Amino acid sequence: MRFKIVTSPHISQDVSVGQMMRRVLYAMIPGIAALTGFFGWGILINLVIATAVALLAETVMLTVRGRPLALHLSDFSAVVTAWLLAVALPPLAPWWLTALGIFSAVVVAKHLYGGLGYNPFNPAMVGYVVLLISFPREMSTWLIPHGLGQPHALSFLETLRVIFNSEWPARFALDALTGATPLDALRTQIGLGLTVTGIRNSPVFGIIAGQGWEWAALGFLAGGLWLVYTRTADWRIPAGMLGGLAIIATIFYLADPQHYAPPWFHIWSGAAIFGAFFIATDPVTASTTARGRLIYGAGIGVLVYIIRGFGGYPDGVAFSVLLMNIAAPAIDLYTQPRVFGARRG
Amino acid sequence: MNETGYLKILKDGVWTQNTGFVALLGLCPLLAVSNSVVNGLGLGLATLLVLLISNVAVSLIRNLVRPEVRIPVFVLVIACVVTAVELAMHAFLPGLYTVLGIFIPLIVTNCCVIGRAEAFAFKHKVAKSAVDGIATGLGFMLALTLLGAVREVVGQGTLFSQADLLFGEFGKELTLHLADNYRGFLLAILPPGAFIGLGCLIALKNVIDSRIQHRATAQPVAVLIEAKP
Repeated sequence: MRFKIVTSPHISQDVSVGQMMRRVLYAMIPGIAALTGFFGWGILINLVIATAVALLAETVMLTVRGRPLALHLSDFSAVVTAWLLAVALPPLAPWWLTALGIFSAVVVAKHLYGGLGYNPFNPAMVGYVVLLISFPREMSTWLIPHGLGQPHALSFLETLRVIFNSEWPARFALDALTGATPLDALRTQIGLGLTVTGIRNSPVFGIIAGQGWEWAALGFLAGGLWLVYTRTADWRIPAGMLGGLAIIATIFYLADPQHYAPPWFHIWSGAAIFGAFFIATDPVTASTTARGRLIYGAGIGVLVYIIRGFGGYPDGVAFSVLLMNIAAPAIDLYTQPRVFGARRG
Repeated sequence: MNETGYLKILKDGVWTQNTGFVALLGLCPLLAVSNSVVNGLGLGLATLLVLLISNVAVSLIRNLVRPEVRIPVFVLVIACVVTAVELAMHAFLPGLYTVLGIFIPLIVTNCCVIGRAEAFAFKHKVAKSAVDGIATGLGFMLALTLLGAVREVVGQGTLFSQADLLFGEFGKELTLHLADNYRGFLLAILPPGAFIGLGCLIALKNVIDSRIQHRATAQPVAVLIEAKP
């Protein structure tokens, strides 16, 4: 009689890379739907442009590097990168901005470092940061979200014209539709010496955080919780990140509630929830040990708060994720789990 | 002491052992100043001059200096040369001097200058040391100017902007605007652009080298196949 001999792990889950990536895409749908509802067609057009450019760039780079095309194109990693970046871009971003961001993400940040699994930095965030520091004006032209249930101010065709021809429809002034994001408004008005309660009464803000933005955050939270439930993302990273952000925000809020926004505002604003569940959890660039992931997440959360409160940009998720990406190998080194039976210390 | 031909010294300095692309010495000025062709060319010329004079000087005194104290002596010689070059640039090219700023005195810390003094000039005769200084300087200038060109074209869409700082009135007409309405790509002008640009140029040089090597090894085989029938 022959016994089958296999090495560990003995309990395995039959999930391929492609399946994981597809789950991430499904999980983004509620958030994307909310964003489209509040900001119009631009979000969906950006998604299409980004996906097309990402697949093209991936195909070209795989051909140049002599890698099997079908295998790597069907793992959906390029599409995930494209969606993560497209969601972070302003809804009326010109097409070349999206294309350039995807190029930096897929070609520079991913394939020049050796392709999927070898990239030390989150590709989507590299693309985002390249655009943010190179084209600050284009990257900060956000539309004002319109009320629930109201028709979009810009029709589908008008949005297409703005994105591809930079042709602004004559019936609107640019300032009538675009405006500061909630975090931007908070930042500039605190700089002017206003108090947080006073600022929160302005129409940019909704129940918890930004008007419209809070619903997108809710959508991403729902998708993110599903990712955690299916074990596609490790709960430790989002828990660490939101926990870190909440703790540091609470400390400052308790010290001076007129000067610092409350913790629930910080968690619900900007890219915090989206970043915690979708960006920081990238298995390639995050820390890999259990304790390490908590530290990695908490580091991102604290850095986000520092950049929002004291840095030069209104939101800091992208920078924080990239900074912690550099730290991830060191975190892994110092948080190796103890082998069972080995001595402590 | 092995006899090295002048041609080989030139080729080593400019291409095979290029300070910027192969030895990766003097990266601080290389990355910081290469945001336009004119800045790169200006600092390249200054470094070339420093390298030439310091190599000749070190070579002249190589039999008078005890090896135990050679490094402090090198530093002294290089510091004197850099100070002289800095004063000369301040006098004759004040515009460029203000643009390059701290990086002119910082030539003194450029490791390729003391590196050539130690590795070459201290062991060779004056004429060869002079050629080596020129070759290394040309190589550094090539790296600086190429990187400057890449970053200027990508970052601003121009070439030879502010050339009047280096060439006087004539330089004003040299500026090329490659594209109308170019928005500028700020990343290329900022420090990360220098690292990315240098990486791409090093990769390009390696590709060229491997092509040349490939052709050199491929030829005899081709001849053999042709000769067979």
